[in-house]
Amino acid sequence: MHPFQYVRVRESRGAVDAGRAAETSYLAGGTSILDLMKLGVERPNRIVDINALPYQKVEESAGGVAIGALARNSDVADHPLIKTRYPAISQALLSGASPQLRNMASMSGNLLQRTRCPYFREVASACNKRRPGSGCAAMDGYNRMHAILGTSASCIAVHPSDLCVALMALEASVHTERPAGARAIPIADFHRLPEDHPELETVLEPGEVITHITLPATPFFSRSRYVKVRDRASFAFALASAAVALDVAQGRVHAARVALGGVATKPWRSVETEQALVGEPATLATFERAAALSVAAAQTRKHNVFKVALLKSTLVRALSSVAEVT
Amino acid sequence: MKTWTGQPLDRVDARLKVTGRAVYSSDVPVANVAHAVIVGSTIGKGRIRSIDVEAARRAAGVLSVIGHDNAPRLAAPAPGTQERGLQMLQDDVVHYDGQPVAVVIADTLEHAQHAAALVAVDYRAEQAVTSMEGEAAHAYAPKQAGRDPADSERGDFDRAFGAAAVRIEQTYTTPREHHNPMEPHATMAVWHGPDRLTLYDATQGVFVVRKRIAQLFGLSPDKVRVISKFLGGGFGCKGSPWSHVALAAMAARVVGRPVKLVLTRHQMFAFVGFRPQTRQKLALGASQDGTLVALRHELLSETSRFDEFVEGSAVVSRMLYACANVRTSHRLVRLDISTPTFTRAPGKATGNYALESAMDELSYALKMDPVALRLKNYAEVDPETGKPWTSKALRACYESAARRFGWERRSTAPRSLREGGVLVGWGMATAAYPAGQSASSAEARLFADGTALVRAGSQDLGTGTYTVMTQVAADALALPIDRVRFELGDTTFAEAPLSAGSRTAASVGSAVKLVCLELRRKLSELAAETPSSALHGTKPDRMDAADGALFDRDDPRRRQSYADILKSAQQKDIAAIIEAKEKAERKNYGTYAFGAQFAEVRVDEAVGEVRVSRMVGAFAAGKVLNAKTARSQLLGGMVWAIGCALEEQTVRDARTGRLVTRDLADYHVPVHADVPVLDVILVEEDDPHVSEVGAKGIGEIGITGGVAAIANAVYHATGKRVRDLPITLDKVLVTS
Repeated sequence: MHPFQYVRVRESRGAVDAGRAAETSYLAGGTSILDLMKLGVERPNRIVDINALPYQKVEESAGGVAIGALARNSDVADHPLIKTRYPAISQALLSGASPQLRNMASMSGNLLQRTRCPYFREVASACNKRRPGSGCAAMDGYNRMHAILGTSASCIAVHPSDLCVALMALEASVHTERPAGARAIPIADFHRLPEDHPELETVLEPGEVITHITLPATPFFSRSRYVKVRDRASFAFALASAAVALDVAQGRVHAARVALGGVATKPWRSVETEQALVGEPATLATFERAAALSVAAAQTRKHNVFKVALLKSTLVRALSSVAEVT
Repeated sequence: MKTWTGQPLDRVDARLKVTGRAVYSSDVPVANVAHAVIVGSTIGKGRIRSIDVEAARRAAGVLSVIGHDNAPRLAAPAPGTQERGLQMLQDDVVHYDGQPVAVVIADTLEHAQHAAALVAVDYRAEQAVTSMEGEAAHAYAPKQAGRDPADSERGDFDRAFGAAAVRIEQTYTTPREHHNPMEPHATMAVWHGPDRLTLYDATQGVFVVRKRIAQLFGLSPDKVRVISKFLGGGFGCKGSPWSHVALAAMAARVVGRPVKLVLTRHQMFAFVGFRPQTRQKLALGASQDGTLVALRHELLSETSRFDEFVEGSAVVSRMLYACANVRTSHRLVRLDISTPTFTRAPGKATGNYALESAMDELSYALKMDPVALRLKNYAEVDPETGKPWTSKALRACYESAARRFGWERRSTAPRSLREGGVLVGWGMATAAYPAGQSASSAEARLFADGTALVRAGSQDLGTGTYTVMTQVAADALALPIDRVRFELGDTTFAEAPLSAGSRTAASVGSAVKLVCLELRRKLSELAAETPSSALHGTKPDRMDAADGALFDRDDPRRRQSYADILKSAQQKDIAAIIEAKEKAERKNYGTYAFGAQFAEVRVDEAVGEVRVSRMVGAFAAGKVLNAKTARSQLLGGMVWAIGCALEEQTVRDARTGRLVTRDLADYHVPVHADVPVLDVILVEEDDPHVSEVGAKGIGEIGITGGVAAIANAVYHATGKRVRDLPITLDKVLVTS
């Protein structure tokens, strides 16, 4: 492992100042960065431990809920406010990793989780995300796990987070402190598409610290669901996943939120699907028609063609399940 | 007196393990130890142009950096040996991805790891060829398939197959798989002067390591001591001394300090063996009543360019069913890969999957119950040799497992069991694994305090060797179990074989039993000769033993405890050592363990997810030495069957030959949620022929039958026959 300096900060101003320096990384749960440092993928010269910052709480806020950036995944998943008002978030968290990892992993770390692309995680392979301009070994390599949505000529890496898919469907906002002051970033604007710069994954600036995540006071988000399909029953990344929320009355869809995971380069909101659902009867036929739109723009590679059909089925499963339609 | 053998005793080392006091090879406290880290190649094939070690040499704590240009020269392997070719920095050739190309030694592990990342290797890469199918035209016939001939022919397959009423011809493929024991390979090398070496090594064969390392370093074997007290699994990948063992010894010699070398998980995918991929072509011909009249099994597998390992998959088709016309063959292609090796149930797991899948296909073609088809073709004698089996309670296995599973309620048609969107399927298959025995020695010593110490240079892979041998020794010595201690894993003990091939219980168990009986005989003689002994003058063959005492069978009141005999003779102890050869009468028999496995799967029809919901396995493996550790071994095998059927697969990038799966995040093995309740039935056999202790091996048979039972259940559930392992959801979705 590359040698590094370790510092601990106790308030957010200190974190912002310490984080502005080059080659600096924040340490929250450490479940991701430590792994990547061992692999030589991340090589920070300085680690700023932010675990002493007061960002642990889950509480009501402006009718919605605010989740501290350092709240542990397992605590959020089990929180009554989350389980009752935003069940898809609880389900997404519990479908990820293992209990041991969830006990350590933070919310902000989950937002910043990096891809599991095996070529990204091996330093001798070509990877535009890890070493800009070096090429993409996955493009014509073993790409069974890779993205079919949001890809570019330089990168087809999947965003691996389950949580972010649920946050995307439930229209979360990411709140930060930065040198220029605080700001709130809608989750849809938080992650970038790879385009020509897959090394830039979010809009965060150097020294910008995530303080909390807010969820809006939208009543029908209590009817939300996260469905994840994977190669084994637990401790596996999604091959396809869907987070959905439906407002159904008198058998008709009044509002819908749909986000997709395991298939895209960033947490993927499918507005086309949502639009095709609204005003329609909550039936299997509607769900199948709407789900087909989610993959209209899909671009497959050699080993991931199956994800198109799989994603549709996964999305139909999520919609039927939350609408209790079979 | 209580018999210890067979009891479901807790492991004698359980407390040490759960309290963290069992000292594994890398945990041995050695003073002044330095740490070595291997640098692996990042190309699939080629030459090393140069290695820039300057930055690494200058890094903090670095003691030495060894590459092919400065490595001490080692002796060439002895010609004609079966040993694996090793990569020990002797030349600039890169044979495969991840091959050791340099070793960095530093004062701490962290320093060594950091410096290893600074070693810059300049390669001249060549095109690595790693696709077996692409090289199929260049396949060759190996001389042997392990211990068996590579090809076999009985009867006239072509004629019989041509005339058969019902025919099945299919191809089954299985992927490369890695063993992934929990404990990584680890070697601690300690030189005592220039010509004496101690290795603490995570190995399944201390004597195998000793022989190989002594040869490489030009030492007499008695100058090398190898110690392996506890193993966190081996499964075959610790059965051969791989490159890192020699590199650890080399590193320790170079820096003049003890050196510890532990492989990373990534390196465990690179150069410590794997189960090679197979393509198996099966052809089955049967008459309308289900009689198997023709069987052909052709294997294509892979090996490295510099070495040969044969996955003996087709051997199972020679012995599993009574069939008059059988043809089998094994062919290999050479690829730019490291050498494959024995992987739990080598040859048998893959071969059984293919044969038992084809048998399932035949049962549907015949509209015959799969169990009935197997009973119809039951091999009453070994069909290849005509010899009787030492024992074969396979019928009882079929019956007991089928009953426990509820097989009589089976609905025959595929896709006929459904619960909402979930398709349920049932499948079964026969299990079989050879009951081998190797020559083994053991030594035993009885002390004046009435306790005994029994030793053999065997190994405990975590299977329970310590426990089972203690039980066997306690019975043979007629001592309470807490007065017997069994030690293993040291080349200063009596020589025992590699722990492999499910042979340890039969091989070392026989030696332990015989040496304890020999010790009793010597003690009887001592008592008879000792004037002050209560048994003085009694003929030794009239003496028997119970509760730690000898007595006169004709006058049981004449008895004396072992301790008192030794005291009477003024001896502090008495010892014996023997070698148990393979039991002579075995050659008159077929020697196999058998079983039957039944599986239920649930397949989510919309997304293709397959999960095993229950399994029942019944196994007949001679005498059960410890019902608890035996059950655990079989459970482990069944879990491996789940992994093999549904999850495990090592992927290489076809363009570069480099590994893509190289950790346990990408290489899936079953997690708890994948493993349902597994039901193990032990069908005991009274088998006086197979070994002195009556036991057949139990470590590997649990995989066989299980893989095919699951695959057959997937077909029953879905009506789709996936003939390419693992059965992942993408294959279930596209197969029609």
